[in-house]
Order: sequence, then C-alpha cells, then structure tokens
Amino acid sequence: MNWGSLDNFLAMGGYGLYVWGSYAVTLVLIAAELILLGRRRRNAVGRIR
Amino acid sequence: MSINWFKYSSPQTFFPVAGRLALVFGALALLACAAGLYLGFFVAPTDAQQGESYRIIFIHVPAAWMSMFLYFVMAFWAGLGLAFNTRLSGMMASAIAPTGALFTFIALWTGSLWGRPAWGTWWVWDARLTSELVLLFLYFGFMALQAAIDDPRRADKAGAVLALVGVVDLPIIYFSVQWWNTLHQGASVSLTKAPTMAATMLAGMLVMIFGFWFYSIAAVMLRARCIMLERERGSEWAGQHARGAA
Repeated sequence: MNWGSLDNFLAMGGYGLYVWGSYAVTLVLIAAELILLGRRRRNAVGRIR
Repeated sequence: MSINWFKYSSPQTFFPVAGRLALVFGALALLACAAGLYLGFFVAPTDAQQGESYRIIFIHVPAAWMSMFLYFVMAFWAGLGLAFNTRLSGMMASAIAPTGALFTFIALWTGSLWGRPAWGTWWVWDARLTSELVLLFLYFGFMALQAAIDDPRRADKAGAVLALVGVVDLPIIYFSVQWWNTLHQGASVSLTKAPTMAATMLAGMLVMIFGFWFYSIAAVMLRARCIMLERERGSEWAGQHARGAA
C-alpha cells in the first residue's frame, strides 16, 4: 500500500477519525497500564523498605 | 524424569523467572507489533467494500481474541488455586484480570468505531456485542470482589468461584454469531474453511495477535511481581529484593 503523502495517510480515505480513534485510545490505555504497573511496583518496594 | 512443577508455585522461586519472562516477551511484543502494523498499514491493500476503515481489524480482532483467551487462562489459574490451594495460582488470576479487562474494553471501543462506518451505528444490543460487554463486567466483578475482601487467600477463593462461573460467557461470545442473527460478521478465520480475507491482511492480523499475546504475558508477569511483593512483604526474599532494588 503506497499512501503517497502524509495527508493521505492521516486521512485514511475519509475514515481517519475511526481508524486513528481506535489506535490512539489503544496506545494510551496500554501506556497507562505500563505507567500504573511501574507505580505499583515502586509503592510495593517502598512499603517493604 | 519428572519436573517438580510445585517448585515454581512458590513466589520466591517464580519472582525472578517472571522478571525475565516480562523482559523477553516485552521485547517480542514490540517487534511483533512493529511488524504487524507495517503489514497492516503499508502492505495490506485497501478493502474493496469498506475502504480504509477495515484497518481497525489489526487491533480489534487481536484485542477480542485476547479478551477471551485471558479470561480462560484466568479461570484456569483460579480453578487450579481452588483445587491445589497453591499461593501462586490466585496471584496469577489476579494479575491477569486488569489486562483482560483492558483488552475487552479495547475490543468494544474499536468495535464501536468500526461499527459506525460499517453498520451506521456505534452500538447495538445484539448477541456478540452484549456478551462481550458481559465479559467486561465479569472482569470488573472479579476485581471488585477481590478488592472488597481483606484476606488475600479468601479473596482468591471468592474470585475463583466468580471466574469459573463466568466461563459460561466464553462459548456464548464465540458462537453468538452462529446461534443468533446478529449484525456482527462471522469468524474471518476458522480451522475448517479458507480465510475470507486477503493473505496480507490476514498476515498483519495474525502478527498483531502474537504481538498482543506477548504484551499480555509481559504485563501479567510485571503485575504478578507486584502482587508477590505486596503479599509477601514480610518475607526474607521480598526484603532482600526491595533493598537490592534501591
């Protein structure tokens, strides 16, 4: 698949909102899970020490 | 030769193993997702009927598979904990639930964003969508129930019963598109029929499934390590680890 330009890629043939809305929320939620896991680990270690 | 599986059912021996597994599968997840997204956006062609909107499939289907698979594994560990009363089993079940809920939500969210252009609606109360929503509530119910009980061993038992009863929802989700008339399409991939999609689309989707699978293993291992530290905080090994992690 050759998109030609960044604008075409972002537009997703008119479905940009749906496609990028899906990918953005997935990325944010996965990032949030990893951040929460890091915080939980620090808290657990902190309570032991 | 027999392997003593119970050796690894002790948090002390499993803790470092979980750390290494998280690292390896985290790296594999990054690689697989990068390859899967490349296939999905730069190799797979435009769909003749749906245009570019179908590209949601590369996260929607993997997330939906993981939502069901993780529930199955969670119920498996929960059942093992009830049967053998091993400490680690309950910890594993608890470690899986939030990641399972995450993928269930992603499946519903991306499905909604796909349903709007494909069906003209964000949501319908049909069998597939409703049974997947029930799965989300099963995960939430499991987590809420465990959080409400102070004694972790009793929380494990109560959660295990809920998890095992909820397994009934999995075949309902899977077969819903056959049993009922629904807007949702049937399976795109099955063992008995040729796939109903282009080879490159299928390849991208399968690689993304592996990516999400590897990510799930990594996230669950990281959370299992947190739970082990929390529950065994009075123990010698946890103390040593905490001082070493300074």
